[in-house]
Amino acid sequence: MGTRLGDAGRYLWRYRILYLLSVPGILYFFLFKYVPLFGSVIAFQNYNIFKGITGSDWVGLEHFQKMFSHYDFLRILNNTLLLGLYDLVIAFPVPILLAILLNEVRMIVFKRLLQTIVYMPHFLSWVVISGIFMGIFSMDAGVVNKALGFLGMQPIYFLGEDSYIRSILIGSGIWRDSGYGTIIFLAAIAGINPDLYEAAEVDGAGRLKQIWSITLPSLLPTIMILLLLHIGKFLDLGFERVFVFLNPLNLESGEILDTYIYKAGLLSQQYSYTTAIGLFKSVVGLMLILLGNFFSKKTTGESLY
Amino acid sequence: MRTPSVRYRIFRIGNLVFLTLLSLTMILPFINVLAQSLSSSEAIMGGKVSFWPVAFTWINYEYVFGDASFWRAFAVSVGVTLFGTLVNLAATASLAYPVSRPEYKGRSLVVMFVLVTVVFSAPLIPNFILMKELHLVNNPLVLIVPGAINAFNFFVMRSFFSQLPGELIDAARIDGCGEFGIIWRIVIPLSKPAMASLGIFYAVGHWNAYSTALYYLNDPAWWPIQVTLKKLFESDDISVDPGSAVYSTLAHTSPEGIKMATIIIATLPIIIIYPFLQKHFVKGIMVGSVKS
Repeated sequence: MGTRLGDAGRYLWRYRILYLLSVPGILYFFLFKYVPLFGSVIAFQNYNIFKGITGSDWVGLEHFQKMFSHYDFLRILNNTLLLGLYDLVIAFPVPILLAILLNEVRMIVFKRLLQTIVYMPHFLSWVVISGIFMGIFSMDAGVVNKALGFLGMQPIYFLGEDSYIRSILIGSGIWRDSGYGTIIFLAAIAGINPDLYEAAEVDGAGRLKQIWSITLPSLLPTIMILLLLHIGKFLDLGFERVFVFLNPLNLESGEILDTYIYKAGLLSQQYSYTTAIGLFKSVVGLMLILLGNFFSKKTTGESLY
Repeated sequence: MRTPSVRYRIFRIGNLVFLTLLSLTMILPFINVLAQSLSSSEAIMGGKVSFWPVAFTWINYEYVFGDASFWRAFAVSVGVTLFGTLVNLAATASLAYPVSRPEYKGRSLVVMFVLVTVVFSAPLIPNFILMKELHLVNNPLVLIVPGAINAFNFFVMRSFFSQLPGELIDAARIDGCGEFGIIWRIVIPLSKPAMASLGIFYAVGHWNAYSTALYYLNDPAWWPIQVTLKKLFESDDISVDPGSAVYSTLAHTSPEGIKMATIIIATLPIIIIYPFLQKHFVKGIMVGSVKS
């Protein structure tokens, strides 16, 4: 035993520099990722900044009960669920389709040009994107309303009407990220064995038939994995993406859990209540990912772990 | 190769038309913003500007460049991007390199330790309380320190390091080269491409950062460019200092034009590095996806 400990000690000493180098990084993850995770217990307290976590009173599930009886919370949960669902049904398939279409472009130079352009919006900040959208959708100066006017229609105040905010949120999400999302599918397509296409060609399958019965099925494992990851983030639309488009006129349908947590938590200092909401969000996300993984394993054999 | 069927040819032409239109919807809004930023206020408000400047003028840019708060925000963003990216690379590499070496026993433990933080992340308020305890609220370091290592980038860099030839490192060790000597003379020179690509990703992240500053910085002196830009969008009237050079020509500036000029300036750095960025991100995504 003594010698084994001695061996371990000698080993550590021999590679001490490697171990020492990794210490700051490990401390970083502990301090900035684990400590706030433990700090989430304030959801079960009436957290008071002066008393701290150790001094604040424990209240059990009171904040969770308050959450489910709160009209605002239920409305915002509804918005979040709806937007999450639209994102899944409308936005998720777009990169897959786009990758298949891009893959059919035979002129390499043109294909590269298209790719360069469709990847680009992903690197603009959400603030800049909201600015661009405000510009093109503006009432008097925007090109969209000019086009509507050209068609003899009345101008619409898109960003100031509650009924358009969800379309704008989903649309801007597609505009920004669907091109970038094609990269992984294009790589998967590039990895398909060309023999499969040749065999299909010998069997008399046309190009469209080949897309349907070779390309798409070959993409299925990638699609499943990304779908599972996406489902885990169902309630996680991203704070910035939504916040930059919100204004008092479209708040009713546009506000989501993340923007509400910011407003009620940081601005109105309801610390414990909004932490309870955040915790609820994480737990739902985890359950969704476990559930999705279970069904995926059962049906297609693909799973995350 | 058989000659393609008529149906396929129709599909292919339709596809080209569709993809061209699609890429126009990605690029035209930007050109529209550019055209507006170079147009006079009457032209913008009259709805005359689409994709080409009307009554061309630099006045909107002159206004933005004459604004002290713009320069301050610009300087904060440049500083945070440069300094923050250096911190990111140093911190990420100093964890990723040891954990990539087979000599480091307990590698999988560290990997699990990091992976857990990807799956479970704390809500906003516990993070805010931590920043307060660490005196990072209203401290510009909050834009750099809490994001020092991105877990995804850590995995990318670790898998890059683990592809370095282990024989080279062993040989150096046998020759009596110390661990720091190995890092300095072998690892760093070989990892320049990885450092460059992750560095560009981190830099774009810093330049586009918005919510961290919104959460933790109340003092406008430390607002980075994105926060200042958002505040500009929220304000309907832009007041001009009567003593400033553009005051006399105020008739030609407009809130719209000034907003559009600021968008262009705030995006310019991204557009400039985009060609370098594009070279790297396809490969980056591949490595990342192999990992997961």
